Amino acid sequence: MTIESVDAITRHPLYAELVSKRKRFGWLLTFLMMVFYYGFILMVAFKKEWLAQPLYEGAITTVGIPVGLAVIISAFALTGIYVYRANGEFDDLTKAIREDLQ
Amino acid sequence: MKRFAFSPWLILAALLVPFAIVSADALTGGVTKQPLNITAVIMFVIFVGATLGITYWASLRTRTASDFYTAGGGITGFQNGLAIAGDYMSAASFLGISGLVFASGYDGLIYSIGWLVGWPVIMFLIAEQLRNLGKFTFADVASYRFSQVPIRSMAAVSSLVVVAFYLIAQMVGAGKLIQLLFGLEYWMAVVIVGVLMMVYVIFGGMTATTWVQIIKAGLLLSGATFMALAALYHFGFSPEEMFKQATEHSAKGLAIMGPGTLIKDPINAISLGLALMFGTAGLPHILMRFFTVPNAKEARKSVFFATGFIGYFYILTFIIGFSAITLLAQHPEFFKDGALVDGIVKTPGGLLGGTNMVAIKLAEAVGGNLFLGFISAVAFATILAVVSGLTLAGASAISHDLYASAIARGRVNETTELKVGRYATFALGLVAIGLGIAFEQQNVAFMVGLAFAIAASANFPVLAASIFWKGMTTRGAFIGGFVGLITAVTMTIMTKAVWGETLGHTVADATGKMVPVGLIGLDNPAIVSIPVAFICIWLFSITDRSERAKIDRAAFAAQRVRCETGIGAEGAAGH
Repeated sequence: MTIESVDAITRHPLYAELVSKRKRFGWLLTFLMMVFYYGFILMVAFKKEWLAQPLYEGAITTVGIPVGLAVIISAFALTGIYVYRANGEFDDLTKAIREDLQ
Repeated sequence: MKRFAFSPWLILAALLVPFAIVSADALTGGVTKQPLNITAVIMFVIFVGATLGITYWASLRTRTASDFYTAGGGITGFQNGLAIAGDYMSAASFLGISGLVFASGYDGLIYSIGWLVGWPVIMFLIAEQLRNLGKFTFADVASYRFSQVPIRSMAAVSSLVVVAFYLIAQMVGAGKLIQLLFGLEYWMAVVIVGVLMMVYVIFGGMTATTWVQIIKAGLLLSGATFMALAALYHFGFSPEEMFKQATEHSAKGLAIMGPGTLIKDPINAISLGLALMFGTAGLPHILMRFFTVPNAKEARKSVFFATGFIGYFYILTFIIGFSAITLLAQHPEFFKDGALVDGIVKTPGGLLGGTNMVAIKLAEAVGGNLFLGFISAVAFATILAVVSGLTLAGASAISHDLYASAIARGRVNETTELKVGRYATFALGLVAIGLGIAFEQQNVAFMVGLAFAIAASANFPVLAASIFWKGMTTRGAFIGGFVGLITAVTMTIMTKAVWGETLGHTVADATGKMVPVGLIGLDNPAIVSIPVAFICIWLFSITDRSERAKIDRAAFAAQRVRCETGIGAEGAAGH
């Protein structure tokens, strides 16, 4: 890639939008994943009784079971949300920048 | 190339000879070793035959360095997602986590979740950036705008250290497991695993490795799904009923339904969590898989599918472990004397072969001898897929980063690099067999944790800073990476698991009994070593006034453009 084309892309208004949107979104989702996981670990460390209580009156299943499964599902769901937005919005922006340069 | 193409069949023939010898030996075999499991051996031989057939096909297509390292970049996102899952779900996690759930219930679920949460982080921060900037190895990305020789050497050394520890743990696990499942001698199992993995990688490169991983993932996921469904059938497909009966058949009763003793203090739990979360994003054999897809879109899809498959797999191991409490309690013949009293599991460790055998015994309980053979063969296949991926990553660190870039300074043709890659695979295979045999009697449990800690403390900080931080310089990356590596290794040696349990340092406890002791209270160094690496990268970069530093910083804009848009990356996987 030549210096001119790098300059042309970095000056493109959509490029700044793409970079800042993707960066913000990526770190936001990373932060959410860390909150879910470390929140769960801290609950295991400090709120054992809460996780160990029955899910409903007379149940053997505890609150901790759906909470644990929710952390697993949230990991999958967050990657799905990222793919959805990246394959749509981010790829459209990239395509627009490429087309403008040609 | 013709010379290579036919030899897999000779090696297959050579491999079948030990089976014949063992079947004769099994009649007089010792009591600890299982009798030869014929069904398992037949199914495993079918698997080996199929994978060698694929390797032969792949060998015809492995002509360039790009074919060897990345299967020519032609793998789809879905295929790569399955292959990543096959690369990551080890026999240790299948057997170990279901065993932990069987013994401790809910704690097993807490433990398994830690192994999943690194995947979203890879997706959000690493995957498409890696695809857009790199060609064959993660060092391509880490060294993109820096002085090649120091950064590639650093990345190659830390990759090789990660691969070595991971590989030793896998080889020793393989030897013990196969001894138990197939009734083979330990050394023989290690040699079979080592030779097969060399054949896959040397002849079939990434194409064969990918398909071995895909087939293994398919077999493991379908086998575990069948087992979980067959087990749930016994409880009328009601999880509540499964939990209820499990509490009735476990000596721990209701305690297995909540957090137990796994997390003693939050600092250790968070440190392990950090190692798993950021270590996954620094494992060379995992990162390498992102170069096998054609573009950033497929790289994203890969992580999405991989996260789904791996998460689903951990849910299955949870069901398998929990249902096993009730279902294995119906089989007194599976337990040592006194471990099972009146249908209640008193000591889970009293299961014959240990708690690692839970999934295997459950396979026998729900599916008879045929299914037992199938699951045993799957466990063997699982090990092969993981060690093949590791060896290929190690070999490419040697041939692409050390040889082609650092030693030959880029003045090397593809044919020579490919040849070096194959020799490196052969050498790594021999080393893996040697270390596997040498470490038979050693405690290797800490080694996978150490591999993750090094990946999180050396590879990940350098990779992340090279992608996101304009200010990093060659000096900062080199010093930061090595300090992270050395800190992680040194602190691991000081832990109780290594200093006390492996090196034999003890101290008298309150009752005067000698117990293993560590020099530090941490079990995993990540909470210290990751920040130390980042601080060193920052400090030695901002104080860097060299000419090289100016080049490093000035090159960031162009790197960022390619990283964000993929412009200029299309040719990366080309020939």
